[in-house]
Amino acid sequence: MIWPVAIGELHGVFSWLYSLLESTGLSQPWLDIIRYIVLGLVVFGVLCLIALFLVWWERKIAAHIQQRFGPMRHGWHGWYQTIADALKLLQKEDILVDTRDKVVFFWAPVICFVAAFLAYICIPFGDKLIVADLNIGILYIIAITTFTVISLLMAGWGSNNKYALLGGMRSAAQIVSYEVPMVASILVVVVFVGSLSMVDIVEAQSGWFTNWFIFRVPFGPIAFVTYIIAATAEANRTPFDIPEAEQELVAGYNIEYSGMKFSMFFLAEFANGFTVSAIAVTLFLGGWHGPFLPSWVWFMGKTLAVVFLLMLFRWTYPRLRVDQLMEFAWKFLVPVTFANLILGAWMKYAGWYW
Amino acid sequence: MGELKTQEFIVNVGPHHPSTHGVCRLMLTLDGEKVVKIVPFIGYLHRAIEKICENRTYAQCIPLFDRFEYVTSMSCNYIFAAAAEKLAAIEVPERAEYLRVIMLELNRIASHLIFYGVTAMDIGALTPFLYGLRERELIIDLFEMTCGQRLTYNYIRVGGVSKDIPEQFIPDCRKAIKIIRRKLVDYEGLLNENPIWLKRNVGVGYLPADLAIAYGVSGPVLRASGVKYDLRKDDPYSIYDRFDFEVACRPNGDCYDRYLVRLDEIKQSLRIIEQALDGLPEGPIKAKVSPNFKPPAGEVYTRIENSRGEMGVYLQSDGGKKPLRVKARGGSYNQLQVLPYFGTGGLVADLVAIFASLDVIMPEVDR
Repeated sequence: MIWPVAIGELHGVFSWLYSLLESTGLSQPWLDIIRYIVLGLVVFGVLCLIALFLVWWERKIAAHIQQRFGPMRHGWHGWYQTIADALKLLQKEDILVDTRDKVVFFWAPVICFVAAFLAYICIPFGDKLIVADLNIGILYIIAITTFTVISLLMAGWGSNNKYALLGGMRSAAQIVSYEVPMVASILVVVVFVGSLSMVDIVEAQSGWFTNWFIFRVPFGPIAFVTYIIAATAEANRTPFDIPEAEQELVAGYNIEYSGMKFSMFFLAEFANGFTVSAIAVTLFLGGWHGPFLPSWVWFMGKTLAVVFLLMLFRWTYPRLRVDQLMEFAWKFLVPVTFANLILGAWMKYAGWYW
Repeated sequence: MGELKTQEFIVNVGPHHPSTHGVCRLMLTLDGEKVVKIVPFIGYLHRAIEKICENRTYAQCIPLFDRFEYVTSMSCNYIFAAAAEKLAAIEVPERAEYLRVIMLELNRIASHLIFYGVTAMDIGALTPFLYGLRERELIIDLFEMTCGQRLTYNYIRVGGVSKDIPEQFIPDCRKAIKIIRRKLVDYEGLLNENPIWLKRNVGVGYLPADLAIAYGVSGPVLRASGVKYDLRKDDPYSIYDRFDFEVACRPNGDCYDRYLVRLDEIKQSLRIIEQALDGLPEGPIKAKVSPNFKPPAGEVYTRIENSRGEMGVYLQSDGGKKPLRVKARGGSYNQLQVLPYFGTGGLVADLVAIFASLDVIMPEVDR
C-alpha cells in the first residue's frame, strides 16, 4: 500500500486509490474503464465546485466594488447562496418556445457545457495532478473551448428569436476573431518550450519566479497582456461581452432558455473564465510551481488571482461596440501578436534569451 | 448554387427592454446590426393626468402632478403651483421662494445623478449606476426629512410650500453638497477619459442645432448642441435672477457632450443651492390660500427649466374651483420625437447610447 507521498500533495491520494483498485485483481479493460469514470466524475465535481464558487465570488467582488454587501443571508457572507440558486434553477420549469428548432435548441446548452467540461482534462491542477497529459495539450484545450461557438450559434438559431440570433452571430464573429490573437500569444510560449504538452510547459518554468515565462520568454509581458485581452473576449466578459449585451440584446443567445438549460450556459461561462485563467497561469505564471505550499494550492491561488483581474475589468469598464471590437482584434491585436511571435521565434533561433 | 441575399428585418425594442427606461417601444428596422429606421410607439404609460385634473380642485391636482414626471417631482409640483398662482395672482412669501429653489435644484441634481448611472449602465459599465444612486440617496434623505416622502413629494403647494425645513436640513444639505462635489471628481475620473467610453460616445448621435430647434428639443440636449438656451436665464421664473450661475453649454451635439453638459449642470446647481442657503430669509412659508380657491376666468401658460428640458403647464379657468383645461408639456416628448431623424445609421449599440443620452422618461411623454 502506498500512502500519499508528500503532505498535502493530492496526486498521492489518486495513486493510492489506483493501487487499491489494482489489488482487487480486476482485468485490464475494466480497470481502465473504472479509472476513467472516477476521474471524469472528479473533474465534473471540481468544475461544478469552481463554477459555483466563482459565481459567489463574482457577486461579492461586484458588490464590494459597488459599495454594497452582496449575498449575506445564507451562511457566512452568503457562502451557500449559489448552491441554493443552483438548486432553485434545477426545480424551475423548463419553458419551451413553440417555434424553436427542437433538436438544436436541446443540444446547444449540452454542447456548451461539455466543451467547458472537456477542457479541464488537460489542465495541470498541480504536480502530477492532470487527468491526461496529452502531447498536444494546449492545442486540445483551444480546439475544445472553441466548440463553445457552435453551441452559442445553435442557441441563437434554435431559439428562433431575433435577439438570440443577433447574439449568436455576434459571439461567433467575436470568438473566431479573438481566437487568432489568443493562439498567436500562446504560440510564443510554445515556440520557446518546443512542446505543446501542458506538463512540459510547466516543468520548463521550475525554480525561482524569474523562470516564469512572463519574465523569461522574449516579449513575455506583451504576450501575456495580449493573451489576457483575447481571453477576456474568449470568455465573453466585459468589455467584450457583446454576445449577451444586456442593454442591447436583453440576454443575447440565452434569452429563451430557462431553468437548468440556462444554468448550463451560466456555469459553462464561469467554467470558461476559469479555463482561460488556468491557461494564463500555466503558460505565463509558472503553473503550479511555488515554494512551501502544496502545488495545487499555488495553482488555484494564481488562477483565482487572474480570475480576479477579469472580474475587475468587468465591473469597471463600459462595453465596446461590435465594429470597434472587430477593429481592435484585426487592426491592433493580430498585428501586435504576430510581430511578437515572429520576433520571439527569431530570438529563440538566435539564442538571445536566458 | 443560388444567389445569397440579405434582407432587412424588424425588431421590437420594448415596451419591456432593459434600455428603454420605462415602457417605450421602438420598432427598429435593422440591416444586419445597422439601424435603418426607428419608429417610436408611445402611450403605454398614459394615465390621463390632464383629464383627471379637470375633476379636481387646484390643490388636489398637485399630488397627481407628482406622477407626471416622477424623477423630478419637485419640478412638477412647482410648475402646477406656479401656474395656479399666476392664474389667481397669489403672492408667494420670500422664504417659500428660496425653499422652492433649493428643492428644485436638489431635485435636478438627483435627476442628473440617475442619468449618470443609467447612461453608464446602458453603455455597459454597471458600477457607476450604484455610485450615482448612492449620492442621490443623500438628496432623497433631505427630501424625506423635509416632507416625509422619497419620490412623490407633494411639497410645493399653491401659495408656498407645505412644511418648513427642519433644523437639521441646512447642515445636512451643506454636507451633501460637499460630498457630491468631491464624488463628482471620482465620477469624472471613472468615465470621462476612459478610452472605451470615449469610443462609444464621442461623435455618436450627432444632433444638429437646427434640427433640435425645429423639433422643439430643449434642456441639456439642446445645450449640448451648442444653443445656449436656459429658461432660468432667458425667462427667469421664481427668484432665479438673483443667483450667480453659468449655463452649461457644449458645441458638438454628440452623446459625449450631452453627458458632459449634465455633469456641468450638477456643479452649477450646487452653486445655486449654496447661494440660496446663504440668503435664506426668515418669514412665513405659505401665503393664505383657501383650499377651494376660485381663480378668475382666464388662461395662463407657465414654463420652467426642468432637468429634461422645458416643462410647461397651460391652465384654463372658467372661474370655478376646478380647472377647465390642463395641458402639460414635458421635454422628453420632443426628444423622443426627434430620435428617428438623427438616431439612424448607427449600430444597435449606438442607438442604445443615443437613447440613454437623451434621458427620456416615459411618464413625461405619455402623461
